[in-house]
Amino acid sequence: MEFEKLQQQSMAEWKELQSSKKPRILIGTGTCGRAAGSLKTLEAIKNELKRLNIDAIVTEVGCIGLCYTEPIVDIIKPGQPRIAYGKVTPEVAVKLIQDYLAGDNPHPELALGTVGEGTIPGIPKMSEHPMLKPQVRISLRNCGNIDPKDIKQYIASGGYSGFAKALQMAPDDVIAELKKSGLRGRGGAGFSAGMKWELCRKAPGDVKYVICNFDEGDPGAFMNRLLLEGDPHSLLEGLLIGGHAIGASKGYIYCRAEKPLAIERLDFAIKQMHEYGLLGDNILGSKMSFDIEVKKGAGAFVCGEETALMASIEGKRGMPRSRPPFPAVSGLWGKPTNINNVETWANSAIILQKGGAWFAGFGTEKSKGTKTFALAGKITRTGLIEVPMGMPLRTIINDIGGGPVGGRKFKAVQTGGPSGGCLPASKLDLPVDYESLAEAGAIVGSGGMVVADEDTCMVDLARFFLSFVQHESCGKCVPCRVGTRQMLKILERITNGKGKPEDIAQLENLAKTIKAGSLCALGGTAPNPVLTTLRYFKDEYEAHINDKRCPAHSCKALIEYAIVPQKCEGCMICMRQCPASAIKGGKRLIHIIDQSKCTKCGTCMEVCPERFGAVVKLSGEKMDIPSEPIPVIVKNKAAAAKAE
Amino acid sequence: MDLTKLKAILEPYKGQKGSLIAVLQKTQEVYGYLPEEALREIAKELGTTANEVYGVASFYAQFRFKPQGKNVVKVCEGTACHVRGSHRLLESVQDYLHIQPGEITPDGVFGVERVACVGCCALAPVMIINEDVHAGMTPVEAKKILTDIEKSEKTQVK
Ligand SMILES: Cc1cc2nc3c(=O)[nH]c(=O)nc-3n(C[C@H](O)[C@H](O)[C@H](O)COP(=O)(O)O)c2cc1C
Ligand code: FES
Repeated sequence: MEFEKLQQQSMAEWKELQSSKKPRILIGTGTCGRAAGSLKTLEAIKNELKRLNIDAIVTEVGCIGLCYTEPIVDIIKPGQPRIAYGKVTPEVAVKLIQDYLAGDNPHPELALGTVGEGTIPGIPKMSEHPMLKPQVRISLRNCGNIDPKDIKQYIASGGYSGFAKALQMAPDDVIAELKKSGLRGRGGAGFSAGMKWELCRKAPGDVKYVICNFDEGDPGAFMNRLLLEGDPHSLLEGLLIGGHAIGASKGYIYCRAEKPLAIERLDFAIKQMHEYGLLGDNILGSKMSFDIEVKKGAGAFVCGEETALMASIEGKRGMPRSRPPFPAVSGLWGKPTNINNVETWANSAIILQKGGAWFAGFGTEKSKGTKTFALAGKITRTGLIEVPMGMPLRTIINDIGGGPVGGRKFKAVQTGGPSGGCLPASKLDLPVDYESLAEAGAIVGSGGMVVADEDTCMVDLARFFLSFVQHESCGKCVPCRVGTRQMLKILERITNGKGKPEDIAQLENLAKTIKAGSLCALGGTAPNPVLTTLRYFKDEYEAHINDKRCPAHSCKALIEYAIVPQKCEGCMICMRQCPASAIKGGKRLIHIIDQSKCTKCGTCMEVCPERFGAVVKLSGEKMDIPSEPIPVIVKNKAAAAKAE
Repeated sequence: MDLTKLKAILEPYKGQKGSLIAVLQKTQEVYGYLPEEALREIAKELGTTANEVYGVASFYAQFRFKPQGKNVVKVCEGTACHVRGSHRLLESVQDYLHIQPGEITPDGVFGVERVACVGCCALAPVMIINEDVHAGMTPVEAKKILTDIEKSEKTQVK
């Protein structure tokens, strides 16, 4: 079919759906939604609709990124604005169907906001939601709005028109358009996408490949997963455009096996492309032939590195090799290959749809466009966001993310995963772009942002990353294999309270050697989390080493759990639940933890009723504790009895 | 052991370059792990050495050479889960089941594994049992879930 016809047909169907006489329900069933129970909610919705005999169109969509308030359900009553609801449990869903779909109470108190045109009294506009307001959603524009399993909905929203346009253009002009956009690689290094495409186009050879890197192994990051679950065709369109511009006839998508739903959506989308003549021979009636194959990785972080990734596609151990030759000259099976991240490919599609100049209108001088970030850790509104490059960190953390959980004090944000760094509160005014973050010792990376609060130990966080890279080191080069192990040993020593004063210098020394001597960027960047924590949080290292104290009360070897005598109500809950039977006490007697038996599992702290909050962690602080259980000091029998 | 299933797996991949990892994944799907006999057979059928096949299989975290527990409990140890207390979660699971990551309980009902991020970081810390992701876990809640599974396994046996 001609593309124009397909487009017209898709748009007509989309319009018909929008003006449908039936109510519509959209429910986010991405991985986050499912973890929050959205499949149960979906079942409840279907059952209730059936019970009440309501004929509604229920669509499973991707996630809009407000993961903290999943499951999210949108309800559109004919003639009414679309309303989004958060934390929709099966019970809430049933209530909404009964009261709003069958009645006329939209339950403003449960709503997040109205989406698009129109308003409803008592419900704010979704575009005013604090997490959404500062965002500019380009690559995420369709997530949560269209059915990811319906290629026509993607086409109706402008999809594949970028590719159709590119097909009419000379490959060099396509590349020129991409260059004009200023798009830089979203997988970590930030290399100009247009330049990379050009290098590969110019490389001699008849057979060329394009690869999409969906290895997304950075722990704490889920940008690519969410995009693929919600809008798989945007990446696929990008690959097609790249195939045409570079002269490749085959594309590979290398996927992280731990993200099965995204892979499922991709497989389905590729099947649809075949059905609609967007893959195979003579695509859209042109001379272009192109095919896409999905390759499932097998759980090795280093396979995100481009040369290791290609070795893995070839069915080998995924070990990096030295460059040059660069993949653009000699890549997969020795052929010129262009590899980009999921988001880079998806951005190429919208750039061809809307023009390079349009994209370059967002962002800063050197970092153009928007970037997605995964907000996680100790932050109130966790989820996935997309903002123009150059937005101050403070806006992202405080306005969009709502600051640390429970009003705790912000300590640091870790960006860029194991290759990145930790930035302290004093750096919150930094604009988030490639240059500024690099200058401060961190990186934009692929977009992971994990927030640490006052309870997070920065030495332990550095140890965590080192243990990760040490475990993931492929072992090919010595600096990475042995060096990271030595750094890890020192960090373990420090967090175990056995650190020596000379350890800090030793860490700095090792870091220098590993950075200089490693074969690939896994080793080359592995010391970064240590270096930035040393740069901004040296006092924490010193407290561990010199005072044998963990200021965040997190390192097990350096803390004790204690029950505050003035707060204990003698309710016996902790005593009963302690797996080590380390708590002495009795009814209405102050409980005491026997430190020789305590395994520091923290159960007592978790189970102590919140209104007592009697269990604390000590690290160096002194507290007067009776030697034997004595009658409770606070006389609040009623509360204690209730707790029992 | 029954190698006929393996033969069926290998059939479509014969002579196809770069298929080793996919073959290993399918084999593990069918047998639950990679038995030595299967690895040798794969080497023979793909025209390579057992050494090469084992070399590739042992490189990737996904592949196992021992059978798995009936219920696989995976605790995420990614960054987001780490700062939200996943180490305590893992410890409590280990304590409860009396096994270390990579091991299975003597009755084969549970196995414990560590994973490095399943992309559900926004709802950290997470624990995955079989395919179900349990979000926002605490050690106490995790134990409750394990107790429930234990009970239902016991009633099934009866
Ligand atoms: C250890 C390591 C892991 C990496 N993991 C990823 C990854 O998961 N996804 C990704 O896109 N790039 C990853 N990269 C970067 C890739 O090597 C490569 O630069 C990138 O895919 C290029 O795409 P881009 O130009 O669109 O960013 C990793 C690099 C290293 C050294
Ligand atoms: S860090 Fe645990 S799911 Fe990502």
